Amino acid sequence: MFQYDFMQNAFLASTFIALTTGIVGVFVTARGMSFLAHTLSEIGFAGAALAVFVGIRPLDGMLVTTISSAVAVGKLSVKASRREASISAVSSLFTGLGILFLALSAKSSSYATTILFGSIIGISRADVWQLVGLAAVVLVTMAWAYRSLAFDSFDPVGAQAQGVRRNLIGIYFLLILAVSVSIGAQIVGSLLVFILLTLPPAVAKYLGHTLPQMLAISVATALIGVWAGLLLGYYTNWPVTFFIAAIECVFYFAALQVRRRQG
Amino acid sequence: MTPLITVSHMSFGFRDRKLYSDMSFALARGSMTSLIGANGVGKTTLIRLLMGQLTPTAGTITRAADLSLGYVPQFRNIDPEYPLTIRQFVQLNQLKHRVPWHTRAEKAAVDQVIAQCDLSERQNLRLGAASGGEKQKAYLAQALLTQPNFLILDEATASLDVNTKTELMSLVRRLNRELGLTVLFVTHDLELAREFTSQYLLLTATGHELAPTQTMDLAKMPRELTPVAEVH
Repeated sequence: MFQYDFMQNAFLASTFIALTTGIVGVFVTARGMSFLAHTLSEIGFAGAALAVFVGIRPLDGMLVTTISSAVAVGKLSVKASRREASISAVSSLFTGLGILFLALSAKSSSYATTILFGSIIGISRADVWQLVGLAAVVLVTMAWAYRSLAFDSFDPVGAQAQGVRRNLIGIYFLLILAVSVSIGAQIVGSLLVFILLTLPPAVAKYLGHTLPQMLAISVATALIGVWAGLLLGYYTNWPVTFFIAAIECVFYFAALQVRRRQG
Repeated sequence: MTPLITVSHMSFGFRDRKLYSDMSFALARGSMTSLIGANGVGKTTLIRLLMGQLTPTAGTITRAADLSLGYVPQFRNIDPEYPLTIRQFVQLNQLKHRVPWHTRAEKAAVDQVIAQCDLSERQNLRLGAASGGEKQKAYLAQALLTQPNFLILDEATASLDVNTKTELMSLVRRLNRELGLTVLFVTHDLELAREFTSQYLLLTATGHELAPTQTMDLAKMPRELTPVAEVH
């Protein structure tokens, strides 16, 4: 299996995707931003479609649209009373835009499928290096901001009382979330990237009681999901995204059972 | 000894409403003071002024050079699913270093505040599964981690039953005595104020008064402050 370049690329890419989404996801869940991650992935879909239309790489298109809209979308979702309606409006608009750009670019529907549901054969070695670079930026800056981000995510009231610069942390987090959504979508597709950003961290939340434990469980759950998904996809020819989604769901419901037993 | 914080001829108001005019009082080092007053009279605003988050429109607030502040806020949203342990929650307030891992000295500092707040036995309990009293102790321990000499407790006992209130306040009094901590305790509970603090700062719509709690006349207090109105 590993004699094929595309499988090497897929494994390399998905390893870094799982590392990034597994770690970022723990903070997404703590900050109650799962819904926002989903919206960003739809914005990313529109960006990828736009990229196809203007002739640049889909990942670049996704990065441009998600990063440029992350802060605005984050602000829309601050007021709980308006959050659902605002986010639904933005989601539908961008999904519509994505469909429009794909139609205008006159590409075959398989291209849309690739963007929406992911593909393992479309990733070149150059894509992998770009992805590794982006993941490194996210992970290194997170290591630097870790303590403030953890305080703000797990105890916003306490962080405010201690004078943590919450606005700055909030904006920084939206930006790295945008990057994580964009790189995550390269394997599982923009429609399902939020699986990797929400289910492994949910498993971690049920099973881990310290932040290092949660990060380790989340990354492990994401890694097992993508690696097993790639293997099963390779041998069955079924879509990798299906296997990843199914595996993560099994982990999630198993963890939920464990938590219920614990009371 | 100079007071830890001195408010002198201070006035403050928002655009539509004047809250205080010509307010003067001082909090001595090691004192334990209740801040009492009806809802909306400006207790939280006064705290924000003392913390330096707001600036007086007239007059001054003088803080001792060595003043370091610990603030325990009133509302926190810790749901039953909250994953972190009490120890991990307390540790969140260690922001001095930029590295993700904690140094040995930092761990020792966490051990110390956890012991001071009687949480050693319960430190590995998930905060979401902790009782109301344990949660308040964890909030207190987190604020103490930066070794403040001035502690503001914003209605820390409001949601607790009578026994737990007494236990928490006994702990605060012990910290006040052992560490020389200056305490400002915001409360509606006059019985608790009388039992655990030596003086009270009463805010009313027309002015303020700083007096020893021994002289507190319950009959003269605003009606909503009498303990009878408290729902346990």
